[in-house]
Amino acid sequence: MTTIFGVALPVLTGQLLIGLINGSFYALLSLGLAVIFGLLRIVNFAHGAFYMLGAFAAWMLLNFAGIGYWGALFLAPLIVAVVGMVIERTMLRALYGLDHLYGLLFTFGLALLLEGGFRHYFGTSGQPFAAPEALRGATNIGFMMLPNYRGWVVVASLVVCLGTWAIIEKTKIGAYLRAATENSTLVQAFGVNVPLLLTLTYGFGCALAGVAGVLAAPLFQVSPLMGSNLIIIVFAVVVIGGMGSILGAIVTGYMLGIVEGLCKVFYPEAANIVVFVIMAIVLLLRPAGLFGKDS
Amino acid sequence: MTATDTLTAPATVARGGGAAPQLKVRKLEAWYGESHALHGVDLDVYPGETVTLLGRNGVGKTTTLRAIMGIIRKRKGEVEFEQKSIMRVPLHRIAHAGLGFVPEERGIFASLTVEENLTLPPVVAKGGMSIEKIYEIFPNLFERRGSPGTKLSGGEQQMLAIARILRTGVRLILLDEPTEGLAPVIVERIGEVLKVLKTHGVSVLLVEQNFRFASRIADHFYVMDHGQVIDSFTVSELPARTEALNTALGV
Repeated sequence: MTTIFGVALPVLTGQLLIGLINGSFYALLSLGLAVIFGLLRIVNFAHGAFYMLGAFAAWMLLNFAGIGYWGALFLAPLIVAVVGMVIERTMLRALYGLDHLYGLLFTFGLALLLEGGFRHYFGTSGQPFAAPEALRGATNIGFMMLPNYRGWVVVASLVVCLGTWAIIEKTKIGAYLRAATENSTLVQAFGVNVPLLLTLTYGFGCALAGVAGVLAAPLFQVSPLMGSNLIIIVFAVVVIGGMGSILGAIVTGYMLGIVEGLCKVFYPEAANIVVFVIMAIVLLLRPAGLFGKDS
Repeated sequence: MTATDTLTAPATVARGGGAAPQLKVRKLEAWYGESHALHGVDLDVYPGETVTLLGRNGVGKTTTLRAIMGIIRKRKGEVEFEQKSIMRVPLHRIAHAGLGFVPEERGIFASLTVEENLTLPPVVAKGGMSIEKIYEIFPNLFERRGSPGTKLSGGEQQMLAIARILRTGVRLILLDEPTEGLAPVIVERIGEVLKVLKTHGVSVLLVEQNFRFASRIADHFYVMDHGQVIDSFTVSELPARTEALNTALGV
């Protein structure tokens, strides 16, 4: 059997794939956090809860409305975005201009509230959610068997991440967003409805978490705590990539997923903490993060 | 007429040819947090005029522009633009009323290209310059249109800051110290641009430390001190006042 550094190839590729899948979720979630933090200066601790909400929205659409995976892939993020925008308009808005700590505490409380609410109604055991018919089974891609749904998750998250990046870097609304991130008062003085832009941006960031939630539903079980398990690592990813950097969030997300996967092969004992070790090193050497600007 | 009208528009020279002021500011007060920065500013800008606010550093010139624009929300008094009060208009609606703002720090965005910077402010009214016309006036900006905005030289950034407002079709521009820290040849260019604005009928309320520069392009002057307008005169009265002004402004 082929081996690389004494490791059987299927073992290596298998872990790499798991790393890439995890990296897909890290990238999607840290991208949303970066977009929100960039413009709103809010550290959105509720992001994991919105991810969970996306998964539950998909589960409810299926079980209560009979809407399947593909419909949920569009509807669930929309629902999450609307919830996010209502929260921004009615509550989060009051915290702009205050110390970052207030936004952080508020969203942290919001996350506890959402998770607690779902735990009350659904308990801690997960709800099963089947992958869509078209994506069941596996494909032989030469050096390994690739489960179709996992391949789809990697492709879909890449498309969403690159699409988001293109919207921000190449479109007019992206130019508003970038400019408002630098100096929102001036952009508003130019006649751009910045309060609306803030609402839409928060909604969009939450929708990205919602997409991740729908993609995750068939892989992991739909459970009220799925977000809080993931979000701690995602915050480490954001710190490593640099707060507010769009491309940094995407690249770091995938990179750390892969590093974690490789670690499981070569030094499994450290796999659970490798991200945090990297975070500590980055904080010591480059406090602004790998892609962050010193300010 | 109220008492403040007679104070700020002395009877010696009739301004605006009988037209109503395009911008009318009365008893404008403003605060930065607890600090009371403006103590009742009165001024007028008539259609097509270039009006300059003179004064030493820290007397409230920039604050006056920011309070008129509504960037400083903690303010009191009256600001009328084209006979309508804009005191209660939200900041993002002010530009749509026809008022443009070029900040002292120029506000060029580093994460936007020159062209993105140029096309960022929404067009709020007809009569703005086309992109082609702007590139004709500022060929440098055309050459560097793909570079990040802040890679331009200070002079080019100032040109860009003014150019992007020309596109929007606003009828009055609040322009804060456009010549600050720029070489004389660039200052000359900015003077030409302001003259082009004048031929287009755009009014300008200018804050300027460079008294000689201002004296060549302005129609009317206000002198500020301690957050108030303390003097007002037209360009024809300037020669008689030069010496007194030099003393007052400490130049």
